[in-house]
Amino acid sequence: MNRPTTDHATLADKFNENEPRVNWHDETLWWVRAKRDRQAWSIPEWELLRETASQIKLNVLGNLHDYLIQFEQQALQNGAVVHWAADAAEHNRIVTTILQRHGVKRMVKSKSMLTEECHLNPHLQANGIEVIDTDLGERIVQLAKEPPSHIVLPCIHKKKEEIGELFHEHLGTPAGNADPQFLTAAARQHLRQEFLQSKAAITGVNFAVAETGEMVVCTNEGNADMGAHLADVHIACMGMEKIVPERKHLGVFLRLLARSATGQPITTYSSHFRKPAPGKELHIVIVDNGRSRQLGREDFRNSLKCIRCGACMNTCPVYRRSGGHSYHTAVAGPIGAILAPNLDMKDYADLPFASTLCGSCSNVCPVKIDIHQQLYKWRQVLVQEGHTSGMKTAGMKVMSAVLSKPGNYKKAGKMGRWVLKAFPGMVNNRFNPWYKQREMPAPPKQSFSEWYAEQQSTKK
Amino acid sequence: MTIKIASTVKVGLFIPCYIDQFYPQVGIATLQLLQKLGCEVEYPQGQTCCGQPMANSGYEHLTHQCNSLFVRNFAAYDYIVAPSGSCVLHIKEHLHDPANEPAAAGIRQRIYELTEFLTDILKVTALPARFPCKVGLHQSCHGQRGLGLAQMSELVASPFSKPEQLLRMVAGVELVELDRKDECCGFGGTFCVAEEAVSVKMGKDRIADHVKHGAEVITGTDVSCLMHLEGVLRRQHQPVKVMHIAEILNQQIHEQANH
Repeated sequence: MNRPTTDHATLADKFNENEPRVNWHDETLWWVRAKRDRQAWSIPEWELLRETASQIKLNVLGNLHDYLIQFEQQALQNGAVVHWAADAAEHNRIVTTILQRHGVKRMVKSKSMLTEECHLNPHLQANGIEVIDTDLGERIVQLAKEPPSHIVLPCIHKKKEEIGELFHEHLGTPAGNADPQFLTAAARQHLRQEFLQSKAAITGVNFAVAETGEMVVCTNEGNADMGAHLADVHIACMGMEKIVPERKHLGVFLRLLARSATGQPITTYSSHFRKPAPGKELHIVIVDNGRSRQLGREDFRNSLKCIRCGACMNTCPVYRRSGGHSYHTAVAGPIGAILAPNLDMKDYADLPFASTLCGSCSNVCPVKIDIHQQLYKWRQVLVQEGHTSGMKTAGMKVMSAVLSKPGNYKKAGKMGRWVLKAFPGMVNNRFNPWYKQREMPAPPKQSFSEWYAEQQSTKK
Repeated sequence: MTIKIASTVKVGLFIPCYIDQFYPQVGIATLQLLQKLGCEVEYPQGQTCCGQPMANSGYEHLTHQCNSLFVRNFAAYDYIVAPSGSCVLHIKEHLHDPANEPAAAGIRQRIYELTEFLTDILKVTALPARFPCKVGLHQSCHGQRGLGLAQMSELVASPFSKPEQLLRMVAGVELVELDRKDECCGFGGTFCVAEEAVSVKMGKDRIADHVKHGAEVITGTDVSCLMHLEGVLRRQHQPVKVMHIAEILNQQIHEQANH
């Protein structure tokens, strides 16, 4: 679970060493994107739905303080215990304290990218508490001792044969069996035991309704329900931006979420948690962890509209060909690349550059976050804040000097074309990343401007 | 065939730096095509670059001089036209000049990518061109998603494509269908060298889609994408050629396509 220290380009380079595997990864995720397209086209008012969701979230972000207070009041009235965590460390402390008070040594957790963001699992382990991830994909990567590579499809980078091997090793399934149905049944048996024994369950939160103090958790496997209903203590961890004002707004978001995420009309389970069952406890941990700071950055505020559907990852041509782990952060892909620098500019300075700015992410986003525009803006911020190499800055200054003066530009262009023609080896060598797998353009005799000048002079 | 337009339009021709230096034939085709369609075209000699290479790398603050230069070169024209969606989008979104902001604002509104200028301003409905060839159209992202040159596959909306509309006016052109009609080619400015592995892989995958569907020529509205694809094609020793859309739209009826 250690965070790699190398940057996206290096990790992507490594991912691309196995081209057939890149093809497989790309096609798998493109298939999800195609499913999403079919679902989107099944709703004539799709674009209106996106706009509505975007506006609702805009309202939420503009009045977040009031909605959070309202949510807390309602939740308290419902009998929940509400905790506020300023950062990841406080979140982890709060969760650990609750579990320790109940003497929990082993417990279940359904999918929560927030707990990944906060690195809760290693923290609990260090405190002697074992966490069993119950989302099938998350359980698979947990057994493999890897972080999720995708926020919705955590083990999308694993082939079924590899999962078969993992299950053989950890769950005792027969060697060589890679039948998805068989493996899923095995996981089901294994997890059932965990559900039955667990005194506490952690879930994430997809939507927190300010009006009622209830939370909605969306899963396809019912694992959040199994965990939360069987345990005495339910701890729901949510980022503070998960608010929707009223229950009726769920009608917008639930229609968008699963269609955008996996191309399903709706998740199999959209479970509402409102109050603890008699004799049981419901804890809600509301986490900031940099969200207030992001809210204060006008250019990046809208990134908090994100409902974690992962559509931007599935459509991203770079994500599909570099894999989630190349982003070395809990939330990968385009949305991760605009969220991560807010958490740590130095560690994630590479991510906004891991994009061609093609704009497909912004187009699929169900809440219309201008993701590619924010990538561009993060690049400016990162350079201004000094998170760039001196060599790159020097190169850019030379480029700017050449392009700012027509005389310099013409001379440099002529010189460049001459070098390419006379000494191609000076350019076509292993130090030129372009040349590694591509030919340089053939230098023409004349530039366009030289040709144009010649035409003009012959006319006269 | 003659094409009549209401009155002579004075066009300032913007030829992006890499076209000027490496693909002069694209500039020539653009100029000839615009003249053929009745425009009065001038190429201001003092031009260099739109500043995008610096800006997309996070150095927008180093583009001020490029911007001032651009404003000086192009402020006087009715329209500014360039054979590049990407450079035009950059100017539209980022051209500012504190010394002459009204002129910069005017340019942002009057600059057009070549195909949208043809379909939206000149309202071209026929072209005296012939190009008997199987052509794959690469929809470059900045033109398509940034300028809205074509409907985007992510959006639920009626289909249209300005480049395609024009290519369909060229006799003999057979447009091939692609599996992924608007996926990025992976050029991405400095991305093409900073993220070399992914960039090349994206290029290879785009090419494979065109080749699979029998394209003999890959065309598009941006030479930067085509330059990247051409680099991969030539390394792979593929017989497929790249041509900017202006070169196809400007093909003379009597010219034999020898591709």
